[in-house]
Amino acid sequence: MRQAADGRVPYVGRVDHLGADRPNGFNDLLFFVSLCLCESNFFFFLYLCVFVRAIAGFCFIAVSRDEAWAAGAASSRLKPLPQRRCATGGAAASDRAGIIAHNAGLSPEPWSPMNLLLCVITPFLGAALVAWAPRLGTRASAWAAGAVTLAAGGWLAPLVEATFGGATAIERHAWMPNQGLDLSFRLDGLGLLFALMILGIGLLVVLYARWYFSERDPLGRFYTCMMLFMGSMLGVVLSQNLIQLLIFWELTSLASFLLISYWQQREEARLGARMALTVTGMGGLALLGGILLLGEITGSYDLSVVLAAGDEIRAHPLYLPTLILILLGAFTKSAQFPFHFWLPNAMAAPTPVSAYLHSATMVKAGVFLLARLFPALSGTPEWSWLVGLTGLTTLLIGAVFALFKHDLKGLLAYSTISHLGLITLLFGIGTPLAALAGVFHIINHATFKASLFMAAGIIDHETGTRDMRRINGLFGAMPYTATLAMVAAAAMAGVPLFNGFLSKELFFAETVELVARYRFGWLVPLAVTVAGAFAVAYSIRFIHDVFFNGAPVDLPRTPHEPPRWMKVPVEVLVALCLLVGMLPALTVEPLLAVAATGVLQGPLPAHSIAIWHGVTPALWMSLGALTGGGLIYLGRRPLFALAARWEGRWEARRVYDRLAAMVFAAARWVTAGLDRGSLQRMLALFVLWALVLGVAGLWSDQVPLTGPRALLPVDPMSGLAALGLMVCAVCVVVMHRKRLTALILLGAVGLIVSLIFVKFSAPDLALTQLSVEVVTIVLLLLALFFLPQTTPAESRRGRQVRDLSLAAAAGGGVGTLAWAVLTRPYDSIADWFLTQSLPGGGGANVVNVILVDFRGYDTLGEITVLALAALGIYAMLEGLRLTAPRADAEGRAWDPDSHPLIMASLVRLLLPLALLVAVYLLLRGHQLPGGGFIAGLVTAVALIMQYLANGVAWTQARLPRDLHPLIGAGLLIATLTGLGSLAFGYPFLTSAFGHFHWPLVGDVELASAMAFDLGVYLVVVGATLLILIHLGLVHDLSHCAEPARERGPS
Amino acid sequence: MEALLSLIIGLLTACGIYLLLRARTFPVVLGLSLLSYAVNLFLFAMGRLTIGRAPIITPGAAGYTDPLPQALVLTAIVIGFAMTAFVIMLALKARAELGNDHVDGTHEPEKII
Repeated sequence: MRQAADGRVPYVGRVDHLGADRPNGFNDLLFFVSLCLCESNFFFFLYLCVFVRAIAGFCFIAVSRDEAWAAGAASSRLKPLPQRRCATGGAAASDRAGIIAHNAGLSPEPWSPMNLLLCVITPFLGAALVAWAPRLGTRASAWAAGAVTLAAGGWLAPLVEATFGGATAIERHAWMPNQGLDLSFRLDGLGLLFALMILGIGLLVVLYARWYFSERDPLGRFYTCMMLFMGSMLGVVLSQNLIQLLIFWELTSLASFLLISYWQQREEARLGARMALTVTGMGGLALLGGILLLGEITGSYDLSVVLAAGDEIRAHPLYLPTLILILLGAFTKSAQFPFHFWLPNAMAAPTPVSAYLHSATMVKAGVFLLARLFPALSGTPEWSWLVGLTGLTTLLIGAVFALFKHDLKGLLAYSTISHLGLITLLFGIGTPLAALAGVFHIINHATFKASLFMAAGIIDHETGTRDMRRINGLFGAMPYTATLAMVAAAAMAGVPLFNGFLSKELFFAETVELVARYRFGWLVPLAVTVAGAFAVAYSIRFIHDVFFNGAPVDLPRTPHEPPRWMKVPVEVLVALCLLVGMLPALTVEPLLAVAATGVLQGPLPAHSIAIWHGVTPALWMSLGALTGGGLIYLGRRPLFALAARWEGRWEARRVYDRLAAMVFAAARWVTAGLDRGSLQRMLALFVLWALVLGVAGLWSDQVPLTGPRALLPVDPMSGLAALGLMVCAVCVVVMHRKRLTALILLGAVGLIVSLIFVKFSAPDLALTQLSVEVVTIVLLLLALFFLPQTTPAESRRGRQVRDLSLAAAAGGGVGTLAWAVLTRPYDSIADWFLTQSLPGGGGANVVNVILVDFRGYDTLGEITVLALAALGIYAMLEGLRLTAPRADAEGRAWDPDSHPLIMASLVRLLLPLALLVAVYLLLRGHQLPGGGFIAGLVTAVALIMQYLANGVAWTQARLPRDLHPLIGAGLLIATLTGLGSLAFGYPFLTSAFGHFHWPLVGDVELASAMAFDLGVYLVVVGATLLILIHLGLVHDLSHCAEPARERGPS
Repeated sequence: MEALLSLIIGLLTACGIYLLLRARTFPVVLGLSLLSYAVNLFLFAMGRLTIGRAPIITPGAAGYTDPLPQALVLTAIVIGFAMTAFVIMLALKARAELGNDHVDGTHEPEKII
């Protein structure tokens, strides 16, 4: 029935423009939730569901795996590490965890063992502060974001020196200790390099964004999402556990989604965000599979174990699938061909986002993963071919496409793709020196590309457009920005004296090595020189087209230099480009060395990073690229004309669009096939499907239907009662059109069910069923008053036959299942409850002790659900007024005497007695059948009887009208009882009991669980009364004082 | 006895499902109640059938039945009441808003699949 209720919700909330104009912190916090409601962002919701479920599922798998692993092979067992332990280098290395130790001369614990955890969670916690900050002023969130970034860096600072010394810090914090799950973090050279980039460029972007956004943009939301992203990214690069790494990995995708769709009112922003999320999300799913396989191969998700098990992994039959799945994750994230198309579309994001996520950090997560798992996965032909070829293709395609983009950010996006391809190719080559070059280019690319994006943002900001066909000759208007951009572009092109040159030359040198290794190896240096030439060409275009090349064409704004502080981040990055480019040994060398050591997890190869290596093939390639690039740019006009003719024909995006359209069409087809707007049909299909699954389950399991358990004989009374029940149940169905009759028969069924409970040793259940039955029938009677008295005979014969056969089949199935269970012996944990009930819970009634003590947390949940249901009903009935019919189905008038005197008097007399019984049931519940649920129902019945017999007006004059405080008090008492045990240092809801001597009464045992039961009692009374009274109040006559009496008999 | 209880559970399920598939709200609620009985009994039956051994610790008792399914079913009965109440209120509200008590909120003649 719940399905029936949900399936008919025709209204999907549409929230398109969430508080974009109000700097309201609450809005920003609600942002996540509202996004899920947002129709245009339904993908997000879908993805969130899949993601959460997948993570839950895999945590479970991870747990069960670890358990199996712990129980199994003792020889290869990782010693259980003490919780919250920090280790330097080899100090924490267990027998399989090969943590490198270059930490001679370091004190064993130079840092507090919480720093990495704090570093990662500071941005997450800070996000709340940043979201709240706009209340202090429009730009306050920028200050808050800056402070949070610095704080995160501050936690890392004490570790930096030791890491540069070669130490690897590993931190473990108990997460679910009894499941063997830890939150574990790792800081080595690679992690440090990335953390520095994330925090350093993050800080610059915070500053830049402060000036980039206008007053109308909700800055709080931007910085909040940015902090979430920063925390996720730090989590990725500092994780020691692979599953944990994946969780943060997915969080970066989500944060990226939120940031790309920052300007939600723009369609391209929503589309771009959705595309990025789809592509990276699917990659994340593949990565999950890869990581699980990796865990399967090595027996652990611990990075130290995995990195040390490289030989084992490469020799394993599952190596290739593992590699492919992990590479899918890395390639989608790093926008490698053929998944590169999401990155240009993500340029709909504000420029600070592009500068931060889509050039410096998030897209680097993919290459980070390649670097991180380099010791575990690389060194096979499969690795070289898959990674190398993908990198090479991406490098070429990106470089060529970049030249033909007229959009400034589009050019930079394709250039980023190309450079990511370059880094991937370097890791694909697989030699230690190539890996070192890859790390070096990661650093260089982050600096020059972030500054170029910022420069593009400035140009966009100042001119109002990003179209290079319109932006020309800006040098006169902004010479300073132009100079900065020229330096960065020169670094991108690989001009000597700038940092890009150094890593590119290393790269060229590495490709030259391939000539001897492969038959067609000479193709690689040729291809990368061509790509380099295109890189030079698009770099020249970026500078020449924008800053020179005639006069601007029809610009929306008159450009001039941006505010002082907007240029500072660019200046810092450009200065880095120059410093690294001219003095590599003094600036970047130590960081590079330690990061490359982190990648290789071993000794560094001999390398020299210098501007002049003599006349080498690499130098010739550099020169070739520079001249080639110049020539290509000179001949650009015919090339542009050619590109214009092929516009859009070669875009992978079209394939994506077509695939997406196919998925949507399939989804629509399935939905249309199942849901034709009829709930009956849906329900029938649902029952049918459950039936199919059940039959399949029974069928596949070739065991006898009847088990060996000894059966109980049938006594005549039981047989008679069962017969009565069955007759009543069948009559309910046969007479269901006469609703009142059917309802009375239903009551009879319920009563016999409670007799069944009595018969089979369940007195508590019998009491509960009995009282619930009364309340239910009263409720349904009241409701029936407002519904048609009969059901029209509108089911056709065919439909009836269909439903009857479905029902009979389902009933037969369930009955068979019950029989199969009932005839089998079983093991139960009952003995534990039975033996612990008295000594542990202080109660003889085991069922009650389970409810209020052993499983008290569950019960707390149940009464909360009950309270919610009551409040939901209250909300639904609010303001509803119905007129009840004056006559029954046969046209006979209802008895005008609604409150007969004898009944009213008797019921009033009964009230104190009933309440006494309820109190008695409540007090004895811990020892004998009874307890809060039953006592609450009895009280509710007693009070409801007053309403029925005496009328609403009479009763409300004597009883409290508002029942919400009662429910609240019940929940509060139950929760406080639970919290009380916390105050004494015991876990939530631990009970205490003791014996007390009361004068006259004697020895009384009191348990704290009885207070909990009181809470249950109050919630049950409150909820039941709330439901029934408000149903009664729906009747319009309930609101007249003593209506029947006034009218008198007619 | 086991056969009898299985029969009861099966019959209650069948009656419940038949009524659930009706087109008007009130029979659906009746069906839901019948199905709840069946489900509660089924859950209860997971503890197998025992006569005269209520799980109340008394000196010299010959043994006890399994208390755990009973605890589960006890809360299930109460939550079942809350669910029935919610559904019947939904039916009332639907009748008030839509003017009829068809589960789809329409009077269109039904089709057979």
